[in-house]
Amino acid sequence: MASKLTQSNKAGWLMAFPGIALIAAFIIVPFFLAFAFSLTNQRLASPNPTEYVGFDNYRDLLGLAIFTLEPERGENGQVLRDDEGAIEYPRLRTFTRNNPDYPQLDGKREWFSWQSGENRTVVLASDVVFMRAVVNTFFFVIFVAPVQAGIALGLALLINQKLRGINVFRTIYFMPVVVSIVVVSLLWKFIYSPGDGLLNNILGWLSFGLFEPRDWLGSTSTALPSIIAMSIWQGVGFHMVIWLAGLQTISPTLYEAAEIEGSNKWQTFRYVTWPGLRNTAVLILIVITMQAFALYAQINVMTRGGPLDSTQVFVFQAVVRGYERQDISGGSAISVILFLIVLAISLIQRYLTREKN
Amino acid sequence: MTRNMTLAAICVAGLAAPAAAQTELSLWYHGAGSANAEEALVNQLVEEFNASQSDWQVVIETFPQLAYNDAVGAAALAGELPDILDVDGPVMPNWAWAGYMQPLGIDEATLEDYLPGTIGRWNGEVYSVGLWDAAVAMTTRRSTLEAYGIRVPTLDAPWTGDEFTEALMTIRDSGDFEYPLDLGMAWRGEWYPYAFSPLLQSFGGDIIDRSTYQSAEGVLNGDAAIAFGEWWQMLFQENLAPGTSQDAADRDAGLLNGTYAISWNGNWAALPVVEAFGDDALFLPAPDFGNGSVIGGASWQFGVSATSENPDGARAFIEFALQDRWFSAFSDGTGLIPPTASAAADTANYAAGGALEVFYGLSEAQALVRPVTPGYIVQALIFENALADIANGADVLDALDAAVDEIGADIEANDGYGH
Repeated sequence: MASKLTQSNKAGWLMAFPGIALIAAFIIVPFFLAFAFSLTNQRLASPNPTEYVGFDNYRDLLGLAIFTLEPERGENGQVLRDDEGAIEYPRLRTFTRNNPDYPQLDGKREWFSWQSGENRTVVLASDVVFMRAVVNTFFFVIFVAPVQAGIALGLALLINQKLRGINVFRTIYFMPVVVSIVVVSLLWKFIYSPGDGLLNNILGWLSFGLFEPRDWLGSTSTALPSIIAMSIWQGVGFHMVIWLAGLQTISPTLYEAAEIEGSNKWQTFRYVTWPGLRNTAVLILIVITMQAFALYAQINVMTRGGPLDSTQVFVFQAVVRGYERQDISGGSAISVILFLIVLAISLIQRYLTREKN
Repeated sequence: MTRNMTLAAICVAGLAAPAAAQTELSLWYHGAGSANAEEALVNQLVEEFNASQSDWQVVIETFPQLAYNDAVGAAALAGELPDILDVDGPVMPNWAWAGYMQPLGIDEATLEDYLPGTIGRWNGEVYSVGLWDAAVAMTTRRSTLEAYGIRVPTLDAPWTGDEFTEALMTIRDSGDFEYPLDLGMAWRGEWYPYAFSPLLQSFGGDIIDRSTYQSAEGVLNGDAAIAFGEWWQMLFQENLAPGTSQDAADRDAGLLNGTYAISWNGNWAALPVVEAFGDDALFLPAPDFGNGSVIGGASWQFGVSATSENPDGARAFIEFALQDRWFSAFSDGTGLIPPTASAAADTANYAAGGALEVFYGLSEAQALVRPVTPGYIVQALIFENALADIANGADVLDALDAAVDEIGADIEANDGYGH
């Protein structure tokens, strides 16, 4: 095979050339460039020469430290408390800023902390924004992958029937996929608009005015869930079509046999439909996971990472750094980390869903 | 598309003046699809220049503003910059440092009477000059202030910080408006440093230490900056101003339809206010928080690209544009501030008694250009983030410290940006 492919296949290579050249120029070369740039201090535009800096960019992104804050004590050693009885601690900045006694904390910021007795244990990160982006992205993926796959399967089962006008429903469900994600994001920004927004109005009407209007995208607790809901709505139609394709490969004779055996609807689904969808399920899970990690447009249009970094995600951070802040090396490092994470997850998924003999 | 347009322009120009052996100069402009007369005026400027002499033939290519800076960056990497560049004032030092632009080389004596914000200097040399400046004012109605017994401030006696905050509280407590103050939080981007860093400067802080341009330590997180940050956060906690989730439509129409009492807005939005309220419209100076009342200066300007083979021609075009009649024409067409007093006297809005005359005074007396450093483009983004975070309830000191650290790291990564 190999020799035939390489030696007596000139016309084939010639025809493949334009495609291979484009893929090389726009995917393969940038892929390796990202690895190379992430080890340098490459800027987007700068008269300074590019220098090799080793793993500095990764250290700046991933640096962590744990620090225990002891409470402020009065003259007799008693713990000082403020008016509300909360324990008073020295400000972290006295340790993290220009303090030669704590070089390991220099420039780090608080990521999260917990109380242990009188002390407060703080986890500090070199790059808190990036850490939040990592957590938010995983949160997004963990919600979107199963929920979107589940709803898509439900829709596919609903429209996999021979009913009059079923194509109308298929079209309606598929419509959000065809519309540009930027347009969808803008529309949902209006829907989520605070005060008089569509969603607030509908909820107010349904609850007979009891519902207090919310600032969906402007509050740290609702911003990411709002984007999750909107992303699921937008992507569900695409995966519905893939499920539908899977459903239609299942032979009708299996259903007929099941009916003769007297199986009920649940049993039919559990023992005929679901096993028949196995490969489709693997495909959909991997595709949704990868798409969810690439979350960008919704964030860029709707929140730009805010409020208070509650919607920061991987790709958005890579673009902000690499392009807007002109730090190509930092953006590349984020891309490489994202690649390694997605690669690891894909390998784990493949392992878990392998054919067991 | 743009290439076709260029070709078309060349063909048309070639047909119009077949005999003249004019050398072609390219000009890139940011105002494609501008709502007002700006684009038409630039085209007219180019046409008249081409007709006025026989050496040079300027060919203009316009870009939408949002894509313009990206296009210039890409062209610089590809070595295909035009001869004449249109550049936003605060971005100019970055382009000069990165090697996109060369010093303008025109006689500085001719620029003596210009508003300070219209001249772009970097490393002691003039790189760009603007045909106009912009200014920001507290826009409101005389009847609103009188209704609540609030003093109408003047250029010489602006509101003090406390007076301003009290006035906002009074208006809020009346319940007549959704919010007393509209800061324009919907306009994410350059608006934040342009409109809000002057407030910080009035407190005594700044985005960066302008004596060295190497650090923001003690300037963006010093006592003055902390006082500013706490005041800034208070505006949103006390419901004196809508926050970052403000609707852009409310920003545009809120003052006119009575949603907001006072709007911190630019002179480009002033004409509709005058049309709606007539003599009742007021354009007031920024409050003085202790270090004078300050507004931001500098708008779009013209400069010569570093790779231009015909800098003489580019210079000739810019000198041709620097005439009072063009300043007046642009001002009348767009509502922007003409750079010289003599041009202002000849405009509809900035002449003595004109509707926007006050902006010329504001620009002349209070305009402070944004930090003149190549790092400004990054510092602006960091500053924007910090202000948005503080408005959303972040700890003031932590947010400012984080911004200082990010600014410091960026300056270090760029070897001090050539200062």
